[in-house]
Parts: sequence; structure tokens; C-alpha cells
Amino acid sequence: MNTKLYIKDLEEIKLDDYKNVWVIAEQRDGEILTNVYELLNEGRKLADDLKVELVALLIGNNIKDQAEDLIFHGADKVILLDNPVFENYTTDAYTEATSQMIEKYKPEIVLVGATTIGRDLGPRVAARVNAGLTADCTSLEIDDETRELKQTRPAFGGNLMATIITPNHRPQMATVRPGVFLKALEDKSKKGEILEENVEISEEDLRTKVINVVKETKQKVDLPSAQVIVAGGRGLGNSDNFKIIEELADAADGVVGASRAAVDAGWITSDHQVGQTGTSVRPVLYIACGISGAIQHLAGMQESDCIVAINKNADAPIMKVADYAIVGDLFQVVPMLIELFNNEKAKKE
Amino acid sequence: MAGKDGDRMKIVVSIKQVPDTTEVRIDPKTNTLIRDNVPSIINPDDMNAIEAALQLKDKNPGSEVTLVCMGPTQADVALREGLAMGADRAILITDRAFGGSDTWATSNVIATVIQELDYDVVFCGRQAIDGDTAQVGPQIAERLDIPQVTYISNIEQKSEDTFVVQRKTEDGYFEVEVKTPCLFTCIKELNTPRYPHMRGIMEAFEDDDNVERWTNDKLNIPAEMIGLRSSPTRVKRTFVPEQKKAGIVIPDANEEEVKKVFEDLKLKHYI
Ligand SMILES: Cc1cc2nc3c(=O)[nH]c(=O)nc-3n(C[C@H](O)[C@H](O)[C@H](O)COP(=O)(O)OP(=O)(O)OC[C@H]3O[C@@H](n4cnc5c(N)ncnc54)[C@H](O)[C@@H]3O)c2cc1C
Ligand SMILES: Nc1ncnc2c1ncn2[C@@H]1O[C@H](COP(=O)(O)O)[C@@H](O)[C@H]1O
Repeated sequence: MNTKLYIKDLEEIKLDDYKNVWVIAEQRDGEILTNVYELLNEGRKLADDLKVELVALLIGNNIKDQAEDLIFHGADKVILLDNPVFENYTTDAYTEATSQMIEKYKPEIVLVGATTIGRDLGPRVAARVNAGLTADCTSLEIDDETRELKQTRPAFGGNLMATIITPNHRPQMATVRPGVFLKALEDKSKKGEILEENVEISEEDLRTKVINVVKETKQKVDLPSAQVIVAGGRGLGNSDNFKIIEELADAADGVVGASRAAVDAGWITSDHQVGQTGTSVRPVLYIACGISGAIQHLAGMQESDCIVAINKNADAPIMKVADYAIVGDLFQVVPMLIELFNNEKAKKE
Repeated sequence: MAGKDGDRMKIVVSIKQVPDTTEVRIDPKTNTLIRDNVPSIINPDDMNAIEAALQLKDKNPGSEVTLVCMGPTQADVALREGLAMGADRAILITDRAFGGSDTWATSNVIATVIQELDYDVVFCGRQAIDGDTAQVGPQIAERLDIPQVTYISNIEQKSEDTFVVQRKTEDGYFEVEVKTPCLFTCIKELNTPRYPHMRGIMEAFEDDDNVERWTNDKLNIPAEMIGLRSSPTRVKRTFVPEQKKAGIVIPDANEEEVKKVFEDLKLKHYI
């Protein structure tokens, strides 16, 4: 190839050489991320449809004891890379390790969580192994005839959905949006195989150095696993008023969510943001207060089992997706709900 | 590369022109995207990338900021807006042969251009709002064989060739040290993009030659690395997401009606 770029020669790919479904088992501080269980659940279905094995790739330092957990959640095999060089995530070490394993084992599908780290690793690996990568998928399906992976994802801010295939390249790689799929259930009787692997990488090979890992949020806002979310938007008017959202969330044993407008205004921190650029959620109950329901917000909460919207404007887009569209002033309606929830709680105690 | 000219740095910013997706609407009759009259803008994160580059130039006088943009002829407007903000040079990468490129192919093209330029630091946006992939930045870095730090929310220059940046994670940030040459992808928390001043706008838009046009005649990228046919991914189908059916409307909320909703929620076990 006549190029100065860092790229391998492009050879004809024999699709049949590639087999099995992989899940990249992202961990932080030695703990497997929740979305990995979502990937295992979805990956299991794909592997069963294809009649192949589900394999988890686990990279880290001192993480051997997590391998079994992945098997209990559906993996047939775990490829384990346990080495001090993987203590913190670095693009160089993780890309090299993942790429080498892909080249050795040749999986047909590789699923990566669309986390801030998965979206750093995924594209870099896909470029190195010359694979197609579909970003931030919200639905995955096997085509019965072609065995191709149909990857569906939102585009244009959620206005349009696109189904993407990777016909002539392998592996078919996808990053998958956290919070969209259900988690795999644990089955402690499930058996599987753990393959310990090694790659030659040393600290000196790493071109970035992690000096510090800082946790900012004192208490992690766990939107993805919340059963009830009470979310506030620009309709609240100021940060002081936002307190009634917290009060309602407390009364309903829920978690506080927010629109981007509320976050941008500085009324609440960005870890509460729901939507396209925030967190995707599917609680049992979503109460939207003073939120217009812009497409980017809807993209992250439409899957909720029940949506209650409180808005002065009967024509706001959120009212079209709400199961209960309450037209009214949130400053009157929210206090009523707080009281109802509190009474209900008192009755139970 | 860094050091050669003292503190002078060669900075490249890769920017994309995108439709303003907040203005995109769906035609309810045909269920297709209405793209007419939708304004084109510089991708929001890329504005932060330009600002980061200009701030770096401010701190290292004599540095040069070059903007590159791959897209159709009209995308030259985005480059002129960037020039008006203070960039020194602008290159439009445009060729029929590049059409339909996915991120793999797009990054092959942009990386080839950046390789032709002398560079110390490359800035990209985190992601473009039309495709939202966040893949092109890391894939350019891979093709250039340089380190990347994505999602940067703070940047500090420690020495001529060393940076310490904060890269955001879900629950905090990593503090990362990296040496040039390197690539950063920027998020909106990094800075507030400056406004172009009047004179800058006039100058940028008056002179036709302000924007260089690079085609594949110049770049000679092999056909198997570019365009629709070489892209690993294919769009099989697009469709408009299904809207949920309308629910119960409470037209004028009072205490009694809110209570009814609450009881209904209980009955259906949502509470
Ligand atoms: C690339 C991109 C990504 C984005 N990502 C996200 C995202 O992840 N999440 C997100 O939320 N947004 C996102 N947005 C922003 C989104 O487009 C909207 O701007 C935002 O969601 C609006 O927030 P809001 O509904 O709170 O405010 P507004 O749209 O201003 O709505 C306020 C609503 O409150 C109602 N109201 C006012 N006063 C009262 C009252 N007293 N009682 C009852 N109702 C009242 C009004 O009728 C109105 O409907 C994104 C935008 C872009 C361009
Ligand atoms: N056609 C393009 N021309 C120039 N830069 C681009 C182009 N596409 C993507 N980029 C850069 O890559 C970033 C990520 O884009 P994307 O991967 O499309 O989400 C953008 O913010 C730009 O910095």
C-alpha cells in the first residue's frame, strides 16, 4: 500500500475464519461494570442464535476472582489478561492487548460498552484490526439468512434510527449504550472455562501516563438501576426551586434526574442528566416536571414503563409520550404528589 | 515537531460541518428527515477544539493553527468561520471519491492530510452531532500512530512538549500526562469558544483563496482505503423511531385529579 499511515496491509477476509461472540468485560478498580452484565445478556442471545460460544475478555490487574462471575452471568469462556500494566485504563495497553487477542482468536462479533472508556478503546481497536465499528447501539439482532449482525442506533440526535451491517469485514464490532438492555441473571451452577493469556507490554511502551484517578461524585447517582426517577427541567426556573424535585424523589424513594437545560443552568450536576448525551434510563416510573421533551431527552427515557409529565403547556412533546399528561403548574402539582407519596409511606409503616 | 522552533507549535484542528440537529424535523407524511432549510453549523464540540487550539497558540506565540475539514464544497463556510475566530490556515478535503466514507475510511483520509502537515498537537471534537459516533478522533490517532486522550475537560502545558490533561469518566476524571505529538478530543466543559470579531469575519469571507482545496489528485490515497465501497460498515436501512401512543391527558390539574392519577398508578403497580 502506498501510504505513510500506520495500517496493516488489507487482505481479503475469509468470513468463515471468524467465530464466537465476545464481550469486553470493562472493570474499574477491579469491579465489573453493570453494563457488562447487559452485554452478557444480549451477547448470550446472539451466541445462541448463531450456535456459537459467548466469550468475555477480561483485562486488568488482580482481577482473576472476577472471571467466574462472568461465567455465572452467561459466558462460556473467559479470556483473562491479568498484569500490573493494566492497573489503570490506558489506550495503548488495552488497545494492544485487545487487538492481539482478536487477531489470535478471531471472534465474529465484539461488543463493547459505550462508556467513556469503551468509546476510547473501541474505535482505536477497530482501526488497528481494520474492523467495522457501529457506535452506541440500542438494538442488536442476527439476520437469519446471512448470519450478519444488524446493529440499530439513533442518529441526528435521535430523530432517525439507522440499521447498520458489516458485510465483508470481521469482527463486527459495536459499542452498546449502557442502560438499554436488561442485565443477565446470575446462575452459580453454570460452568465455563478460563483461559489465561499474556501479552508483552511494559510501562515504557505506554505513551500516556495516568497520574491520578479522581472520583468527583461523593455518592454515585445510580440512574440506570433506579425504579423511580423524578426529573426536573428548565420549568423549575432556578436552583432553589429544584429542591422540590429532590423532595418528591425522596418521598417516592426515587432518584433525581434532570434535562440538559437544568444541568447547563447549573441547577444540578451533569451526572443527573437523562438523555442522548446523558444517561439512558428505563425505570418503572418516570416523573418529568417542567421538561419539554426535546428529542434528545426522549431518546434517553422513552423506554420507561410509565411516564408522568407535568407541564403548563399541553402541546409540549413530552405530553405525547406520557402515559399521564398532567397539564398544570408544577409548583402546585408537585407538592400534591409529595403529600400523596408521604401519606402512602406513612400508611405502610 | 515540537522543540524544533522553540516554543512555536504546529496545531491542527479537525472540524466537521453538521446540520443543526435541534432544527431537524420529521415530515409526518413521509416519515423522513426534513433537511431543507436546516442551518449548517460547525459541530459544537469542534468549537471547543478550535478554542483549545487558539488558547494554546495564545500561550505559545508564533504557533500556527491549521483547520482541516472533510466534506462537500459548501463545508468551506465552516472553515471560514474558524478562520474568523483566529485560525491561520484552512484546508477543505473534498473529493467525490471520499463520499460515503464511514469512520474507518474518513479517518484514513483526514490522517493522510494531517500526515502531510507538520504537527505537534491535533484537536478533535469528542463527537459530531449528526452521527454521534465519537470514533473519528481515536481512529485518526491510530493511523498517525500517536497517543490520544479523549473526553478532555482541562488542559495544562507543563513544558514545551508535555501536557497534563483531565479526561472525564462517568464518576470523575483521570489526570493524564502525555507528550507531543498527540491527539485530544474535546468536550464542552473544556472551554467557552470565543466569538469571531467583525474584521475576522470580513477577511475570512472576502478572499476566495483563504481556503485550500485538497483532492485525491494531491493525496493519492489508494481506493481500498476510502469511500463507500471500502467502508466496513453499511447503512442497511433508516427509519423514524416509533412514538409511543398518547396516554391519558389531565387537561387542568387540581387536587382531585392528581389524586386519581396517583391511585391509578398504584392500581397498575407503578408505585
Ligand atoms: C447534541 C445535543 C445533545 C443533547 N443531549 C441532551 C440530553 O442528553 N438530555 C437532555 O435533556 N437534553 C439534551 N439536549 C438538549 C435538548 O435539546 C433540550 O434543549 C433540553 O432537553 C431542554 O430542557 P428542558 O425540557 O428542561 O427545557 P425547555 O425546553 O425550556 O422546557 C421547559 C418546559 O417547562 C415547562 N414549564 C415552565 N414552567 C412550568 C411550570 N411552572 N409548571 C410546569 N411546566 C412548566 C414549559 O412549558 C416547557 O415545556 C441536547 C441537545 C443537543 C444539541
Ligand atoms: N468529515 C470530517 N471532517 C473533519 N473532521 C471530522 C470529520 N468527521 C469527524 N471529524 C472529527 O472527529 C470528531 C468526531 O466525529 P464523529 O466520530 O463523526 O462523531 C469530530 O468532532 C471532528 O473533530
